[in-house]
Order: sequence, then structure tokens, then C-alpha cells
Amino acid sequence: MLSRERALDILEAGLRHSRADQTEIVVLAHEVQLTRFANSAIHQNLAEANARVRVRVALGKRLGHAATNRTEPSEVARAVDRAIALAKRVEPNKDFVSLPSPAAPPEVQAFFPATAASDPEGRAAVVARLARMAGAAHCEASGSLSVSVDEVAVGNSLGIRAYQPSTQAFFTIIATDTDAAGFAQAIGRDIAQLDFDAAAEVALQKCVDSRRPGDLAPGDYEVVLEPAAVGELILFLAYLGLGAMSVQEDRSFLCGRFGERVMSPRVSIWDDALDPRGLATAFDYEGVPKQRVDIIERGVAHAVVYDSYTAHKENKVSTGHAFPAPNTWGPMPTNLFMATAGSNVPEMIDNTGRGVLVTRFHYTNPIHEKRTDVTGMTRDGTFLIEEGKVTRPLRNLRFTQNIVEALSDVHLVGSDAVLVGEGEGECAVPALKLGKFRFSG
Amino acid sequence: MKELVRLAVDRALEGGASYADARALTRESESIEVKNGAVEGAAADTDTGIGVRVIVKGAWGFAATADLDRQSIERAVQLALRIARAGATASAGEVELAPKEPARVSWASQFDVDPFEVPLDEKVGVLLEADRLAHSLPEVKVSSASMRFRREHKFYADSEGSDIEQQRLESGGQLAVTAAGADELQERTYPSALDGFHAARGYEVIEEINLPGAAEQTAREAVDLLTAKPCPAGEMPVVIDGSQMALQVHESCGHPTELDRVFGSETSYAGTSFLTPDKVGYFRYGSERVNLVADATVPGALGTFGFDDEGVPAQKTDLVREGVFQGYLSSRETAPRIGRPSGGAMRAESWNHIPLVRMTNVNLEPGDWSFEEMIEGIEHGLYLATTRSWSIDDQRLNFQFATQAAWEIEDGSLGALVRNATYQGVTPDFWAACDAVGNPKTWRMWGIINCAKGEPVQTMHVGHGAAPTRFSRVRVGVLQGR
Repeated sequence: MLSRERALDILEAGLRHSRADQTEIVVLAHEVQLTRFANSAIHQNLAEANARVRVRVALGKRLGHAATNRTEPSEVARAVDRAIALAKRVEPNKDFVSLPSPAAPPEVQAFFPATAASDPEGRAAVVARLARMAGAAHCEASGSLSVSVDEVAVGNSLGIRAYQPSTQAFFTIIATDTDAAGFAQAIGRDIAQLDFDAAAEVALQKCVDSRRPGDLAPGDYEVVLEPAAVGELILFLAYLGLGAMSVQEDRSFLCGRFGERVMSPRVSIWDDALDPRGLATAFDYEGVPKQRVDIIERGVAHAVVYDSYTAHKENKVSTGHAFPAPNTWGPMPTNLFMATAGSNVPEMIDNTGRGVLVTRFHYTNPIHEKRTDVTGMTRDGTFLIEEGKVTRPLRNLRFTQNIVEALSDVHLVGSDAVLVGEGEGECAVPALKLGKFRFSG
Repeated sequence: MKELVRLAVDRALEGGASYADARALTRESESIEVKNGAVEGAAADTDTGIGVRVIVKGAWGFAATADLDRQSIERAVQLALRIARAGATASAGEVELAPKEPARVSWASQFDVDPFEVPLDEKVGVLLEADRLAHSLPEVKVSSASMRFRREHKFYADSEGSDIEQQRLESGGQLAVTAAGADELQERTYPSALDGFHAARGYEVIEEINLPGAAEQTAREAVDLLTAKPCPAGEMPVVIDGSQMALQVHESCGHPTELDRVFGSETSYAGTSFLTPDKVGYFRYGSERVNLVADATVPGALGTFGFDDEGVPAQKTDLVREGVFQGYLSSRETAPRIGRPSGGAMRAESWNHIPLVRMTNVNLEPGDWSFEEMIEGIEHGLYLATTRSWSIDDQRLNFQFATQAAWEIEDGSLGALVRNATYQGVTPDFWAACDAVGNPKTWRMWGIINCAKGEPVQTMHVGHGAAPTRFSRVRVGVLQGR
């Protein structure tokens, strides 16, 4: 780790050196150790570490950016000089107003020593145990167990000084047999809270249950989506239309619809980086404190998230959702939650006449971004539901579905928000029973 | 740097490794993006460090450091050794590597104009002009133009005596136009989608693609798409343009022929492959017109290098010959499992990543058809152009793509523009319907800079040679007229 003192020293070195009108220095230090396993044995085992210094300068409205992974003061100064040299040669950006002003970030516990202390011997022991569990179920286990330590420090010439260390543990297991697979994962800042064996049992049972799958004719079906599947849809919704720039550029499905009902009243979605049930974070990459933003309230479009650039364009304040500059895609929510209710997967199955139980989706991508039409495959546990019972496993199915339409026909909502994701964005969401979902073959 | 990689290898051997290799890399990047008339991103980046990979007790370990002093490198070596020892307690058996000849050479990619020597004012001027021309129609909501350049200097050493120095240069650019109507949004990009057109060459790439020259046409097409007729639904013959064929090859041939994936290494992330080793030499992958190669030797292509990240020389490997599946992209660890030497396809994103089996340049070899001849042979069909969306299952069989634009083909001629076009299929069935591949005049190398694989995910730059290609019967229009 760099440490708070070292990270702040790097900021000061850059800020002291700069002669720009405004200067921002961001330090991103990342250490990850990952043990990856396939066919019930470790096959990749590694440690990666890097620290990057990102510089943004403004000469009036002319912006320049530079980055380096050299953290010595002379190299940070060199990056500042390069950013200034670039800024001098570009046209002004009329929409740029200012870097953000200081505001005290909240205290967030994001660093857990147990996670940082995880060692390769301990991870190997976990894999060996899971391999034995898989063998007993006549399955193979594949997956990964990674632990990371991140440090983010942000400083600017207007006075922002923010530093936050954080940890993350990420565990995925896929149990496989010849024609079957099952999936489970566990994500959190504190590795001590993750139950690897419980996740493995879920994945193994799904694999056993999905042996000898059959086909299903394409068509519209009721669906029970487990949290991993729901999460994929919510994260795509965030990417496609929950950031201010997507609205300002007419890309978002929310354009012109604020105050209207856009989804089922059973759907409420908000972003709250301070909620410890998610991967809590105190501030964004501009050093702006994270704000809770209620995006969809009981199906009604309420708000989107802002960084300082998009906020200035509408005379608003940043909600603390900036990504590292330069970023031409705009801000996005990265700590999403979805409201829970009182149901659960067994009850959802019980309330399904003829439908499909989906564990997770795979390789989802948008076909029509503004309409939120997406396509993808089911994976690692897909089952047919008939007359309130799971009757047989299914081969993976292709779906082509409008996300907003799917979330407009919500019949039941699970009681537990589960943290899901693939390491590039997480959200805490419940299982859902939807009235109609299109499997396109 | 040369001394440091040798130091890392020597220390690893002293520490008990039976094999070790080390890579040191310095990478400089420059990117410029103009959006709606403003320079929104002008950035310079430098990244340097060293990674060391070891085998101890038959198991792999890897660690990396950005600190290039001896003490930090020795610490990284010790961490790699510890990780390998721990992994050996839960590994499947001892890693065996295919033999190779040690190499002590230098290699550099060729270019005409160093993009880092081109004045920034000139580069910004080209982008502003392209962006201005692209924004000339009132329906255009967002226009952007971008350039990216990358310069790499890499040193490699291993415990088998290799010392290799490589230098590569990459250049690329893109124009993107988004048009908005009352209830429709459409985007066109040029020359391709997916972050643009890139090659392992110099600034001449930017001059050749001529972003300002294509801006008005690109904008016109984006606007026309707003009111174009929806894609028809059904089965029909299609011609797919070269840029989309590049991604088709990437997803349905490139990934399933990665041999580590075949053996399950990617099960936990991207999936496995339907191209199992029992199919080599027998499996009918496509029609006789389908010839696919992995060729890391194509001059100036994005997947070209001198040696891979295991010190194996760049080479050309048959993947599919006259429609029959022939072989794989492979590494020193995976190739011996099918009795073959390494195909030289082990590549790491950077100094702090382990090498994985990656695509090099996976190319659909040209056929002998002109574009006009392909179109003339169709009574009723579609011409599909430029990637919009892509999705394929975890074995690389069931796929669905959307393209930014399509044109009707009626009675052998191109007709009306079509919006929201999609096509789908199952890989061997799709390629079995291939009845014409464009001739060398229509064939070119495309470059993709966002190929993701592995955990932690690594993004690789790969090349694909492709030409417009015709398929006799393909299902289109999954959105059913929307």
C-alpha cells in the first residue's frame, strides 16, 4: 500500500508544481491477488500491483490530461507539464465551468484488514476444500477468489483533499458436469463475511439439478430471475440511461419522462454509495462526497446522477458520480440498490404457470440503446417451471428483451437484496418474478 | 531494463523455480477526442513496470512491480515463488512446457510517420474538421472524432536463454455520429465500430482513413437511419461488410480456437468452446469457401509481433481449411496436450498481467468474388454493415449481432436503407451457408482494441483480415419490425 501520507504527498507534489488555472491530481493505487481454478485445480495464481497518477489541468476552458505510473515528485511534475502542454494546444471547451469545490466527505468503513491480509496459502486451502466438495458431487469446480486493496486520493487546486483505502473480496464458483452447470458468487469488502462453502453448495446443487437439460421453444414466458440475472439488467440500465450525460445527449430512455411512471410501481432503484450493504465509497474521482440519488421511485422516473461537468450544464450540483477524467461517456451510478418486498424464489416458482427460472445471464449487450433492447444468453442453471413446480432443466436460451418493458410487468419481488456483479460494477438486488420475458431462440 | 529482466529470472531460479520468465514494458500513449466541437479529452499516459512468472513444484506463480529498483524486483520474485508454492498444494499436476529454441534478438514494427512527432495542433485540427463536418445536419445530436496512439518497448528474458527486445507502434482513429429523432436514436461510426480502426503502423493510418473526408456521408447515413424502414424478419441471403465480418470471425472463430479456453481455463468467466480436440482434422466448421488462419506475421496488423510473451516466434497457423477445422491458437502449456508445438499466441495486456492464449490476427482469407458479383446473385436479401451489438453463448455457438446499417438487396441491386438490423445463427450452420468471400481487392486488415479475457480482465489488441462475405440463408430481424 502507498499509505495516506504518501498518497497525499503525491497530490501535493503535483499541485505545488502546477501553474495552471485549475489543477486536479488523482492517485489510484491497486493491488490484487487472485487465485483462479478450473477443473477443480488452481491453474492461474497471481499478484498485480500498480499506482497511477492522473492529472487534469484547466487553462481557462482549455483542458489537458496526463497520466503516469511513476509516483516520484519529478515524474508527477512531468505529468503536470505534459497536461499543461496539451491544454495550451487545444480549443476551449465551452461547457467546462470549474473543478469542484471542497466538501467534507463522510466517514465510510471500506477497508477491512482481514481482506488485505488474505494470503496465497489461505486461498489455496479454500480451493482444495471446494475441489473435494465438487468431487463428492461428481462435478468439477471452476472459479476465482480474489482480494484487492485500493487507495484513491483526490486533490485539486480549489482545496479538495480526499483519501480512502478500501478492500474487496470477490469469489465466483461454477460447478460443471458434462451437460450441466451451476453458479454462485460472494462479494464484499470484508472477506470474513463471505461464506465460500455456502456458495459452493448452491453452485453444486444447481449443477446436479441441471443435468440432462432439454430444449424450450422460443416465445414469451413468465420468468423468475435470481439476483444475478436481475443485476445484469439493472447494470445495463445504469450504463444506458441513468447518468446525466445520457439524458443531455438524448441517449437515455428517461429523456422527457421525468415525473412519469416508466416501470412497475413495485420497482424502486436508487444509488447509495454510503450503504454498507454495497461496496461503500465516500467520494467520487473528483473528490465530491457521494450522495444518495433516488432514480426510480415506485416506478416513476425521478432523477439521474451527475458529475461536476454535467451538473454545471444544468446549474445543479454534482451528486458525486464522476469517473476519472477524461471521460466522454459521463457519470454513472455504481452503487445501485433495488427495493425488496416480501417474496422469495420458491414462492415465485409456486406462482408461475409456465415459465423459466434463470440463474444468470451471459454476454448481454444492447441492440437498441435508447429503447433498452438487449440480447444475451442464460447460463449456469436454467429451468422450466410448470404449474408452480420446477419440472426439468433447460439448455441455455437466447433472450431479446426490452429492459424497461420487463420491469414494467413485475409480479413479485424478493425479500433479500443480494450484492451481484462481475467486478466491473455491482448492485444489490432481489429476485424478481416477471410476467413476460422473450426468449428469441 | 534488459539487465532487470535477467536479474528477475536469475533470482527466481536461485529461489527454487524450475522455470522463470520476466517481462519489462514501457508504454506511452496519447489520445485525443473531440466531441461536439470541443476537445474533451487530450491525454498523454506513461506506464512502466516488470512482471515475473515462475514455476515451482510444477505450479505457476506471478507477481509484478512498478518499482524498477533491485530490491522491489527481488520482492516481486519472492512473492511469485510463494504464490507458486501455495498453488502447488491445489494444482492438477506439474505444468509441462512445449520445447522452443532460445532467441536473442530485437524486433520492431514498421511505420512511415511517428504519430508522437506529429504536432498536436495538426492532429486536433483534423479531428475538429471531421467533427465540424459531421455536425452539419440539424438532426445530429452528438458527433465525435478521436485518435489514439501507443508506443511500446518490451524486454523479455527466460530461464531457457531467451533475451528479446521488441518495439511496437500503434495508431488508430474513429468518427462517430449520433442522430436523434422524435422517438428514435441512431449512430453511425467510421471506418468501423468498437473504438475505431487501428493498426500497428504510424500516423499514415490516420491519413489513409481520412476522417474529414468521410464525415458528411457518415452523418447523412445516421440521419437517414432515423426514418429508414425497419429491418424485415425472416430468413434470407445476406452480404456482411468487412468490418462486421472482422467481429464475426473474432467471436465465432477466434475465441473458440483459444486452446486454454478449450481446456476449461476460462470456464469461470467467458466460458468454454465447442471446438474440442476430437474435432481437429474432421469437423465441418463451414463451407469449402471458408479458410481461417491465425497469422501474427501480417505486416502492420494490430495482432502482429515478433515473439509472443513466452518468447515463441510469431507464426501462421491454419484454423480452418476449406471448411474443415484444423487447429488452435495455443501456448507452450496447452499445445503439448494435443501433441503440437506452441502456436505462439501467449500475450499479456501489460507488464502486470500474466500472458494468456490470445488472438493474434485471425483472418478469413480472401476469395475471388467482387462485391458487385455477390450482390448480383441475390434476388431478395440484405447487405449488413458495421457492428452495433454482439452476443454469443459460452461455447461460442449461438450468436446474435446487430449492425448500424443495412440496405435491401432486390433483384441484384442495393436498395433502400434499413434500420435496427440484426442477424443470428449457430456457428457451424452459419459458416456452412457461406457461398462467397470477397476478393483481395475488397479484403483488408481490421484492428480491434477491446478484446476482453481473463481474471483480472485483460484487454487485448487483435487483428482480423476480412472482406465482404455472402451467406445463402441467415435469420434476420429479431426485433420483428421495430
